[in-house]
Formats: sequence, C-alpha cells, structure tokens
Amino acid sequence: MYKNLRWKVIAIVAVAALAIRRVYPPQDRLKLGLDLQGGIQLVMRVNTEEALTYETETTAAQLQESLSTAGVTTSSVRPSNLTTFVVEGVAPDKDAQFRQLAQDQVGLTFDRESGVGGSYTFRMKPNVDVDRRREAVAQAIQTIDRRVNELGVSEPIVAPYGNDGNQIVVYLPGVSDIPRAKEMIGKTALLELKMVEQGPAPDQATLLAATGGAVPPDMEIIPGLSSSAVGQPATPSFYLVRRLAAVTGNDLRTARATVDTFNQPAVSFTLNSQAASRFGEITGTSIGRQLAIILDGRVESAPVIEGRISNEGQITGTFTQAEVTDLSMVLRSGALPASLTPQYENSVGPSLGQDSIDAGVQASIAGLILVALFMVFYYKLAGFNAVITITLNLMVLLGFMAYLGAVMTLPGIAGFILTIGMGVDSNVLIFERIREELANGKGPRQAVAAGFDRVFVTILDTHIASLIAAAFLFQFGTGPIRGFATTLFFGLISNVFTAVFASRTLFELSLSRKPGAAKLSI
Amino acid sequence: MQILSKTNFNFIKWRWHAIALSAVIIIAGVGTIVMQPGGLKLGIEFSGGTELLLRFEQPVSEDAVRGALASIQGEKSVQRYGAAADNMVLVRLPQLLQVETGQTLDDGAESVLQLLRQANIGAFTPDRTDIVGPAIGADLRSKGIWATITALAGIMIYIALRFRFTFAVGAIVATLHDVVICLIFLNWFGYELSLNIIAALLAMTGYSVNDTIVVFDRVRENTRTMRKDNLEPLVNTSVNQTLSRTVITAGTTFLAVAGLYLYGGEALEGFAFTLLVGIISGTYSTVFIAAAIALVLTKPTAPTQSGAARARAKGKS
Repeated sequence: MYKNLRWKVIAIVAVAALAIRRVYPPQDRLKLGLDLQGGIQLVMRVNTEEALTYETETTAAQLQESLSTAGVTTSSVRPSNLTTFVVEGVAPDKDAQFRQLAQDQVGLTFDRESGVGGSYTFRMKPNVDVDRRREAVAQAIQTIDRRVNELGVSEPIVAPYGNDGNQIVVYLPGVSDIPRAKEMIGKTALLELKMVEQGPAPDQATLLAATGGAVPPDMEIIPGLSSSAVGQPATPSFYLVRRLAAVTGNDLRTARATVDTFNQPAVSFTLNSQAASRFGEITGTSIGRQLAIILDGRVESAPVIEGRISNEGQITGTFTQAEVTDLSMVLRSGALPASLTPQYENSVGPSLGQDSIDAGVQASIAGLILVALFMVFYYKLAGFNAVITITLNLMVLLGFMAYLGAVMTLPGIAGFILTIGMGVDSNVLIFERIREELANGKGPRQAVAAGFDRVFVTILDTHIASLIAAAFLFQFGTGPIRGFATTLFFGLISNVFTAVFASRTLFELSLSRKPGAAKLSI
Repeated sequence: MQILSKTNFNFIKWRWHAIALSAVIIIAGVGTIVMQPGGLKLGIEFSGGTELLLRFEQPVSEDAVRGALASIQGEKSVQRYGAAADNMVLVRLPQLLQVETGQTLDDGAESVLQLLRQANIGAFTPDRTDIVGPAIGADLRSKGIWATITALAGIMIYIALRFRFTFAVGAIVATLHDVVICLIFLNWFGYELSLNIIAALLAMTGYSVNDTIVVFDRVRENTRTMRKDNLEPLVNTSVNQTLSRTVITAGTTFLAVAGLYLYGGEALEGFAFTLLVGIISGTYSTVFIAAAIALVLTKPTAPTQSGAARARAKGKS
C-alpha cells in the first residue's frame, strides 16, 4: 500500500541505534561545560609589548657589541621606546663602515633613519612588530598548554581569544585546586643564572659604594632575600649582577623537585649539552665567587661556586615541598615570553555544577512527562506517536552532541527544553491539520497525507528562520550563548527528521495494518 | 477531545485595543527603566566587577556577611541565593578594587574571602567566582548586542524574502514588541540582563517568529481559495484556523518551561522566566499585533501575492 514503508522503518531504527551508540555511556561521551562540571576559565592578555622591548634591547646590545669589536666608536647606543633605539655620536670617518655593519646586522628587522651629527634612529619594521607580537602570543599558548598538561587536566583548552590578537583563553574543566592552577598558569618562570659582582647588601647605596655610586653599563641590581642562618627570618637584600646571564631557563634539559644538603625542599636542574660546556667554562674560572639564581627578577639564592659545574645545578631557597613541585613543573614547561594580565576569571566548584545538572535534568524530565501526558490525553493514539518522535528527537540530538564533541552547558539544557517545544509544535501543527482535513470529510489516508504535505512548508519556514537565528547566535555569541545555539541548531535539524519523516512513517505503519480503518485515533 | 474547534473570533476588530494595551505596557515599562538609576540592570558579565557565590556549612545571616565586609570600600551587595537550606550567599562588588593591571584582578575576591575567614562566622567554600575586567565586560556586551541584532536581522530578512513586505514588517514589529515586553518584565521582577537571559530572549524570539510564520503561511495558503481583495476576513480566518494550534503549542511549551522555572534551580530561573513571559507575549502578539500591523500597512486595493507564494501556487495546481 505505502511504498518503501519497510525501508523507512529500518532507516528510523538505524538512526536511533546510531544515536544511542554514540551517546552510550553518557558520562564518557558527553562533554560538560564549566558550569556543569566545575573548573576554571581565564582570559588573559599577553603583554606583547614586553616581547618588543626585549627584541629592541637585545638588538641594540648586539649591535653595540659588534660596533666595538669592529672599532666603530659611538657615544651611545640606547633603546628609546618599545620599538626604536638610537645610536649617537658615530665618528664621521667611520660613517660608511657603521652603515654597512648596521645594514648587515639589523637591516632585516629595523629601518634606519639618519639624524644630525652622526646620530641614527633605528625603528622596528612594522611587519617585524606584528610578527614578534604574534610569536609571543603563540609561544605563551604553547607554554601554558605544556603547564596545564603537567597539571594533569583532562581536555584543557588553551586558545587565542577575541579580535585584538593578544588575548588567550584557558579552560580547565574539572580542576578543583583553583588558586594553584592560576599560580601555575600566570607564573612567568624566567630563570636566569648571573654572576654576582657585589652583594648582598641591605640597600642599594651600600651596594654601589664600591662602584662609585653608579651602576656600570653591563651590570644591574636585582633584589632578593638573604637568610644568614637556617631558622632566621630573611631580610631584604640587593645584588649587583652582570647583565648577561650565564644560563637561562631556555638552556634547561629538565628540572625536578629534590632536597638540598640541609634536607630543605629544592629544585635540581640539568642543562643541555651546549649550555653545559659554556656553564662549565664560566664556573671553572669563577671558583669562590657567588652565582645568583634569579627567578622572575628576584634572587632566590646566591651560592658560592665551589668547583667547576657543568651540567647540573640546584635552586635552593625558602621553599615548601608544594612550591618546589610546582616550580620544577613550570621550569620544565619553559618561561612565558611576556607577562600576562588577567582580564576575566570564572571558576565553578564541582558541587555547584552537579546541583545544576540534577536540577536541569529533573526539570527537563518533569517537563517532558507533563507534555507527554497532555499529548496522549489530547490526541489519543496519535499522542503516543508524538511522544515517540519527540523522544527520538532528543536521542538524535544527544547523538549529534556526542559525535561533534559539543559541550553541554546550562543554557544547553534549556536548548533541550526548547527542542521539546519545537517537537511538540511540529506535531501539533500536523495533528491539527489532519483533524481539519478529517472534519472536511477526507478519509484517514487522505487526511494524513494532506496534513503532512500542507504543513511541511510551514515547518520548513519556521525551522529555517530559527536555524538562521541559531547560526548567528553561534557566530557572534560567547560561552553560554554558543552552548544554547549548538543545541538549538541540531535540535531543529533532527526535529525535521523526527516530526515529519518518522512521525509520518508511524502513521503509515498503523494505517497499513488496518487497511479498512474508517477512523483515526487523533 | 478538542478545544477551540472551528472558532470564529473577530480578532481583527480588536486590533486597535491590542495596540493600545501594548503601547501602555511598553511606555510604562520603558519609563520605569529610564527613570531608575543606572537604567537596565546588567549581569556581572556585562557590567564588570567581582561576584562570589559562597556556600556556608552552617546557616548564616546576610547581615553577618555584610558586617564582615564592612571595610571594603564602595558599593557592594550581599544576598541569599537559592533555597534557604543551601546556606548560599551571593556577594557582589560592582567594580574591581584595583585597576586591571598585573596580577591584581582577583584582589576584590581575595579580600572578601580573607575578611570572611577573619570574621569567624562559619566555614564556607567559594562555589563560583566571576571576575570580569572592564575590557572583557565591554567585549561581552558588544558580542551580546551583535548576536541579538544579527540573529534578529537574519530572521527578518528570511521572512521578507518568503512573505510579502508588509507581512514581514508585521512580523518584525511583533518580534521587537516581544523582546521589549520581556525586557520590561525582567526589569519589573528584578532579573538582571545576563548572557543566559540573552540566550533566552533569542530563543523566545525564535518561538514568537515561529508562531507568526504559522499564521502567515496560512494566510498565504488561503489566498488561493479565498477572495484576495478583502484582506480583513482572510487574515481573520487564518488566525482562527491556526488558533487551536497556537494555543496548544503555547500551552504545552509553557508547561515544559514552567517545570524549568519551578525545579530548574536558581541558575535557570531567569532563563525560564524570560521564556514564560516570551511565550505569553509571543502568542498574544501573533494573534493581535503581527496580523494587525500587516493589515494596517497593506493597501486594500493592492492584493498582490508574494513571488514565492505565486510560484508555489502554480506548482501545486
């Protein structure tokens, strides 16, 4: 009687089976958003200007070194802002040589402008500016990614955020120790080992007494703490150290938590082979002098070099066991290229998320049951038809979500409720139309056929309009709005399949079993 | 069983009353929003600031919490959250204590936690922390507005393409009407405009447009069988023919959302409230506003069909 009825039924059963297979077991297959399983979301700005300053300063320092090696005298080479540095007092007879050298050395990254009296301004090329900023953000993302992996977070997301190009979003679902996670992500962890020239001294004036009150050009002052004996409170102190680091965090092969000779928590590190030979040379010639171990611009300790050290070292200080564990982790992950400014933080405890799931699921089920009771009461057997197709719709929707790895959020649950609403609406539209056709004197078969045919256009119109809205919501929305848009979008698509195709098949199935039926239970 | 079968209410007769009623509500509501200090209340993600949801182990009074936080400068709010048995308190600092530099974003949150621990009013855990810096607040605001505008515009363009122009205007006015009514009721009932509420508003928009499309589709269908030179009875018949569907869909969706409102927990309450208002307003605007506006705008002597309807009519016959 009806063509291909068997194949239609098989198709529907297959879709249902596929959906269930995708979703089962739900706790493994469905990804939960922050609001449902707890965790933390951070948005941070990478202070990319620091990366530019670093580039400018290093370039200036390297040029100065090359110039003095080549015997080109200048009165000064100094950075003037983020992206420019100024060379002054180039001797007139060395001008050609200076230009040649500058061209070779920095020509690729800086534009040169001539001023009066042998002064030159070097300005970073715009494309280099853009590149360095982009690299800083990319490197920050990589570093944070390594750190959250060290933390053992399952399915973290570390990604660029926003349109400015310098923001990063970090999602750590399921993390419970939120302060620690924040600390681990935000720490710059720039490790530098520098030779101490003077110090420690309780204030800067004392420190500079030996050098005539001024900081020599190749040195700098770094603050730190000095504890004379174990158990004594540490006092602030200052060190005069060489500007050029003997070893930095980039030279590390690995780092791990350990204890020092006093059985205090410490971090031991191993250098890579290149750094090891350099370090061996420096320490071999500096026995008896102090080496400052500087972390994020603060001297942690300044041990006396007692012998040649090649590839191993230890960072000691006043650390707790937890601190050395975390410090060794961030050292292994590498330093951030620039500091981060937090801009947004949203953290949710695990119990709140569970409460929300329970409430949302209960409410959804309650809603579904109420709707089902009404449909069966009002439309009799056809009402069962509606309940079956709406349930199928929800199953297909869950299958879609699991297949796409879409994240379930609180508004996503609300999207499920709305999907139920859309399913009900489509069924009601069709049933009312069938009733109308029956009232106009059509037989059950003709009424069902006319009902579905006529209403199909309306259903398409309503669904396309809503799909357009969902697509824009997804495109321009953020977090919760997106979760809602995703659910709505796939709910609408699966609803067309279930409310039109599956529902019609069910009607035809029941009509084909009673070929002579004069009445339709609707 | 059947309710509302073969109705023949004269909805169109009441169109001016309906428009007047809506105008009164909108003027009163918008007036309230404009007059109240600060205008429409915005959620933490749009306004920026710090919000902490604290779960106490023992019952605690809001005044005790407020007292403990007395030393924090500036405006702040402390209120009970959820059921009384949950012992949850929501603390909100509308502005960040520090400028958004360095690691100081969470200074406000940290000082709240510290002061409460010192005050010794019982053990608690922070269940949720939201700290929104000014840059992100502005970003979320503009994204929320853009999402709303583009989604609405997308729907409108689709309706304009599918139906005759005056009907599209009717649908647009009806939908904007529903959005404004929802905002007004949210404001009257003390809900803040948050990201979740925006999602609900847009869901409601989809629902309202849905309703309108059903009626307009029927009008389009009826233009093939009824006299086209007098739109008034044509539209009125279409509204009546789809009335039982409108009422049943609204009723069942209302039931489902009412479940969400009552049992969905604090987090979904505002969302569900928006949908409840939207369903009522959407149904009302479909029956009274959308068709009425379309009628008012359509010149009685210009019964041209839309291109789409004509094409389809040709294909069918």
